[in-house]
Amino acid sequence: MKPIRIITPTGHLGTTPLEKGSFERGCAQRPDYIIADSGSADIGPYPLGADRPASSEVWQRHDLEAMLVAARKLGIPMIIGSASDTGTNRGVDQYVRLIKEIAAQHKLAPFKLAAVYSEVPVSDLIHRVQAGETIAGLNGRPTADLALLKRTDRVVAVMGVEPIRAVLRDGADVIIAGRSGDCAIFAAPILNAGGGEADAYFCGKAMECASFCGEPFMGKETILGRVDSEGVFLTAMHPAQRCTPASVASHAMYERLNPFREYVPGGFLDMSRCRYEQVDEKTTRVTGQTFVADAETWIKLEGAGKVAERALFILGIRDPYTIANLDRAIDWTKGKLAERFGPVGGTYDVFYHDYGRGAVMGEMEPTPAKSPLEVGIVVEVTCDDAARAEVICHIAAKNLFYARLPDVKGTAGTAAIMSDEVLHARPAYEWTLNHIIKAKDQSEFFSTRFETIHA
Amino acid sequence: MTTLKDLASTIRSKNAGVDLITFDIIFRDRDAFVRVRDSAVITPARVADMFRVPPADITDFVVFEPARAIKFTIRRKVPSGSPGERDVFGSQQYPPLFEIRIPD
Repeated sequence: MKPIRIITPTGHLGTTPLEKGSFERGCAQRPDYIIADSGSADIGPYPLGADRPASSEVWQRHDLEAMLVAARKLGIPMIIGSASDTGTNRGVDQYVRLIKEIAAQHKLAPFKLAAVYSEVPVSDLIHRVQAGETIAGLNGRPTADLALLKRTDRVVAVMGVEPIRAVLRDGADVIIAGRSGDCAIFAAPILNAGGGEADAYFCGKAMECASFCGEPFMGKETILGRVDSEGVFLTAMHPAQRCTPASVASHAMYERLNPFREYVPGGFLDMSRCRYEQVDEKTTRVTGQTFVADAETWIKLEGAGKVAERALFILGIRDPYTIANLDRAIDWTKGKLAERFGPVGGTYDVFYHDYGRGAVMGEMEPTPAKSPLEVGIVVEVTCDDAARAEVICHIAAKNLFYARLPDVKGTAGTAAIMSDEVLHARPAYEWTLNHIIKAKDQSEFFSTRFETIHA
Repeated sequence: MTTLKDLASTIRSKNAGVDLITFDIIFRDRDAFVRVRDSAVITPARVADMFRVPPADITDFVVFEPARAIKFTIRRKVPSGSPGERDVFGSQQYPPLFEIRIPD
């Protein structure tokens, strides 16, 4: 195969800005591609469900500008996956707009842009289930039924390599892709150059979070990946960072339940026999990975739906007696809520996040809290109706101020109120779909649009 | 008494998708890794007990030699970011591991 060299400056384009120094060093290596992923499911279900970006457009533009200007100067393709955090059609269109604005600002020569869309209408999935297709649950989730789909506001399919390979073959200079597998955006050009699947997907797996595969720990620094007939080579571009066998191997297990397998549409990457070798100060070579093809193509679906409106209130408690009896005080306030609004968990719900006393780990906390000096409480109320959520949240918080405990000495208020107001939170959403669906081929759920960008 | 935090260079937790939290215990020093691995004090049963989850909710448990790491994954009770969520990224669930005692 023809050796392929790729740089990636960020593991999640747009969250915080990429670092220019190592990016420029990467560009000076004259790579064949500049690639970055812009998505994450870590941000919770709200951005997908409500179709809003999680990142600031200031940083999205910053990173796209650095990458686009460099890619056009070098005359090489640029690939962005999972546009604007979630990869919805809105995200793709937003990034296409930014690319046009940046091209105009820098008076770039005309280039060919491909937008690859990955949103799937919920109605389409409902029809498929009614027609007998299976939407199988991942990670122990049950098969999706109509009730689950009806609770879902927005769905993206996660693309594999094929839609990206196709637009590269058709001459795309800039690819803005909807929701994409982390590996896929890197593996696609390597496969097009004649690389094997195992090396292509491994290179993607190692590079998807940029400098997270190097040591010491640094974010937003550029990594150079090379694939040739000798294996996969990963090189850190920051002067103080190295890719070592330990750093590359430990990244292989990052954010994954299993460090030996990476599932992609059409099979999985088997990393159980990988060999990691330091080949120079900053570079590790990886060989021994294999690819196990699946006769069927399954595409992952991510979906989110709105659960309720939400309101918050912030309190603090200093009285050691109240802190020692906080469960009783909370039970009392819940009882007062039930008297007026019906049972908690019925038409509304309330959560007392007791920071200092177990809020972070909750039921998973093995260590009983010692008596903290202070406890901070965020009262969270969810309810279908925003105005009612506000009323309930106000009472849910204020009743802690008036909590009735038998031996309380501070009878002028049992909580410190940071600001006497209910805070309007964005609505509560939930991840409804973490599922897979069988596809005819890897292109089934995706559509492509080409456009020539003239500054 | 030696504890895990004395021997491991990285102890972390993080989402692995929206339904799981994965825990990585990584050793810079190979001898420390071998000592903890061979002590067999970190087991699926032990971590299930520590985090108060049923053993069936430990979905994976692996000793990963290339990274000198022990890795396990816990199923969340509800998906990340649902109402009442306390750790959207799953990034602050690891500290109880620090105090696991490792025999000499």
